[in-house]
Formats: sequence, C-alpha cells, structure tokens
Amino acid sequence: MPTFDLRTASLRALNGALHALRPDTNETRWTVVNPDGRHAIAVGLDAPIQVEIEGNVGYYCAGMNKQASVVIDGHAGVGVAENMLSGFVHVRGDASQSAGATAHGGMLLIDGNAGARCGISMKGVDILVKGSIGHMSAFMAQAGTLTVLGDAGEALGDSLYEARLYVRGTVASLGADCIEKEMRDEHREQLFAKLKAAGLAGEVDPREFRRYGSARALYHFHVDNAGAY
Amino acid sequence: MCGIVGLFLKNSKLEPQLGSLLSAMLETMTERGPDSAGFAIYGSDVLGVKLTLRGPDPATLAGVISDLETATGHSCQKSPRDTHTVLSVPAGAEAEVRAWLAAKAPGIDVVSAGQRMEIYKEVGLPASVAERFDLAGMSGSHGIGHTRMATESAVTTNGAHPFSTGLDECLVHNGSLSNHNDLRRRLSREGLTFATRNDTEVAAGYLTWRMREGASLGQALQSSLTDLDGFFTFVVGTRTGFAVLRDPIACKPAVMAETDDYVAFGSEYRALVDLPGIAAARVFEPEPAKVYAWERH
Repeated sequence: MPTFDLRTASLRALNGALHALRPDTNETRWTVVNPDGRHAIAVGLDAPIQVEIEGNVGYYCAGMNKQASVVIDGHAGVGVAENMLSGFVHVRGDASQSAGATAHGGMLLIDGNAGARCGISMKGVDILVKGSIGHMSAFMAQAGTLTVLGDAGEALGDSLYEARLYVRGTVASLGADCIEKEMRDEHREQLFAKLKAAGLAGEVDPREFRRYGSARALYHFHVDNAGAY
Repeated sequence: MCGIVGLFLKNSKLEPQLGSLLSAMLETMTERGPDSAGFAIYGSDVLGVKLTLRGPDPATLAGVISDLETATGHSCQKSPRDTHTVLSVPAGAEAEVRAWLAAKAPGIDVVSAGQRMEIYKEVGLPASVAERFDLAGMSGSHGIGHTRMATESAVTTNGAHPFSTGLDECLVHNGSLSNHNDLRRRLSREGLTFATRNDTEVAAGYLTWRMREGASLGQALQSSLTDLDGFFTFVVGTRTGFAVLRDPIACKPAVMAETDDYVAFGSEYRALVDLPGIAAARVFEPEPAKVYAWERH
C-alpha cells in the first residue's frame, strides 16, 4: 500500500510510479496525501489499481484513465476524468467545469455538484452527478449516459448527437436539437443499472427521472438553411 | 489569464495574519500573472481619509509630500512603503490635497482613497511586489490581490490591479470587457474620471456610479450583468464588504472556500492550500451570473 505525500514527493514521481506498474502488479492500493490542488494528478493510468487522493485536486485529475479506480476525497478542478477510456472515478466533493469531457468509457461519479459543460463531447462514458450540473452540459455528446439527481443548467444537450440524458430535477433550458423523450422500460432498466453501479440501487427511483436526447435534426444539412451560409 | 486571490475574515483573531496569508496566496498565482501584481488591504480605520500615493521612487515621493505639507499647512501622518506612501489627511482636506498634487506633482499617482483601504501595486513578479511593500507584515479584516497577465492594455503600474474609483472601493478582474470604451464615455458624462484606458477601471467606475446612485454592492453587481459585455470574474471590496461575480458563461476560473473564520477566493484551489483549517472548509465553485456578497457587521 504505497503512500505518496505530494509535499515531499514530486508529482512526476507519483505519475511515473503509477505508469510503471505492470498489469499483474500486487501494489493495487495507492494513497496520495496533500494533493494541495495540484494539476494532472494520477493521469494516464492503465492498470487495475485503486488510487485514493485525500484532499482537493486541481485540473485534469485522473484524465485519460484506463482500468484504474480513482477516488478524490475533496473538490476536483477543471476537466476531472477528461478523456477517460475505462475504470471508475469518484469525486466526493464538487467538480468544476468540463467534468468527464470527451470521455469514451468507464464511470464518473460526483457526489456534489458539477459546474458548466459537464460531459461535453462525451463519447461513451457514464456520468452520474448526485447534485446539479451547470450550463451547456453534454454539449455535442456522442454516446454514453449522463444522470443527474439534481437540476440541469441552461442549454442542456446542445447540438447533441446521441447519448442519453436522465435528469431528476428541473432543466433550465434545452440546447439546440435536444428534446425530451419518452421514458420506456428499456430506459428505466438502463438507468437502474447506472444507479446500481453508483451504489444507489434501491435509494433512488428511476421513475422520478425524465429522459432527454437528440432530435437528430442536425445530422444532415438541410437545404432550406443554405441561405445562412 | 491573470490570477485573483481574496480573503475576507469573519474571525477578528486572524486579522494580524491577513497580510501573511494573502502574500502566500498571491505568490502561488505567479504562473497565472507574472507581469504585475497588486493588492488592497482593509486595515485600521482613520478619522480622516487615507490616500495611498505612488511616486517614481521613495525619495521623490517623500520630497513631494514634504512640499505638500508646507503648501497646504496640513501635517499628515505618513506611512511609507517603498514607492508608495499612505498619507492620512484630515476629513475635508482630501479635495485640496488632490488638487495640489494634480497641479504641482504630475508624476505622483493617487492609487486609492478610503478610511480603511490601502492599495499597493507595481510591475514585477508577485513575490517581489509583496516583499517590497511588506505585505506579510500587514494586518486587516479583508484583502484582495491580483497577478496580471496583460491583454487589453500595456504592462504598466497604472494598468496593474486592483482598480479603485471610489472611497474604500476596489475591484480586481480576470477576463476582458468589450464595451468598455462606450461605457467609459457614458460614465464620464456622469462625472466619473478615469486614469487609464484599461477595461477593468471602467468596471470599477461602473460599480462606483451605481453605488453612488444608491445601489448596494450586491445590486450594483447584479446590474453589471446587463450593462457589461465580456468575460469576467470580479472580486470586489468595500469598507465592510466582499463580493464575487462571474459572467454568465463562466469563462474564467474561480474557486471558493468558506469556514466559520473566513471566506477565501482563488483563481485556482492551489492558492488556498496554506489557509488555516482549509482541509475542513466548504470548497465550491461560484455559479455563473450569481452575486456572492459578504458583509462585516
């Protein structure tokens, strides 16, 4: 159970040690203390390990994550778990803007609120926010799910390709080409699975959510809009 | 870019440490703004008005102040720090002192005026600016600092933040405004004067004008959302108040921490890590277009 104190060890030493792990490593539990808001902590991991970060982190924490489970016991700065490919990232506090941006897979769980542009251009990740999310969330989202137990800010799902957005609270406004869609059994099943993965099975009722998705009207160029160019 | 830090104490026991805490916060934000740095400190109250003056060098400034006292007959309390001197002038003498300075000492700038506020700013790295003025040795109830990466106007001392356009009022800004020229003309017609071509000074003037017209700090900030066009995260200080506002798109970063003892602001969380009790603080990101204001009673 290696422990890194970032007041005495360098960030590069931490990330270097994590990158050097072999897939069959026995050193599967790592603790990072005194993160002190540093940027790019535990980025680019590619091993089935657990990293617990005891405190608040700066930008891009757990970015590009593969396989690893990263827990941030505090607030996360801009772009937490950006471009994640697989694994699990858990923020116990709030997250700043662009949480889970462009992420292809894995799960991002945020216990508090997420700022603006949560899940921007997401490509397959499952994001679950227990609080509320800011404006322009899921902008140009392509695949995956964004589940919000609280409220969503303005222009949710603007220019959405695909991706399913489940919101329990209010939505300030929907972005261009994002519409509310019928919540069918298959969606309730999917939502239940995501809630279960976040440890919320039985605590949160999937029937309380509304589903939003793409109207698919921006997929193809419409000749009536030719005059706009 | 630019970096902003702010600290508003709720617990007066921390007041002797205000300067040292703010100094560490300011230095951490060097990477966001290495061109110039400045800070406003709300220290002890004076009966008259504290004018913070800046000269090209300490000796020139001391000479001018000596001439000023002889010419006006006022003997003022002086607190010199490097290129700045805080001059306590009797209530009612401010206009006379300003007029004399404008007429006889064009190389001397009045950086700020107020009962409690003092502003210091210079070109250079934040650590060296803080050291020149011995920020770490200052005490007070609240303070705001800024590290500047210049975009809209030149790297000069006059272009450094904070900007002050009213008694005990100051503003620091991360971002850029696009309608500042038009607004400057309109505010000039309302009688406000501007020392620079800087966009932030116009925002400070706008708030001064609104509050002069009777708005509270919170109301003035609320209306700025309609009247200012551009990107901004503002941190504002008044004699007893401290406020934060981000533009509706939240272009510029901001993070806050609150405990029973203080409210702290940083462009990045890194700036807040040395504050006492920070590990137990509520850390949050201020929402866009929402006015956050605190007042000391």
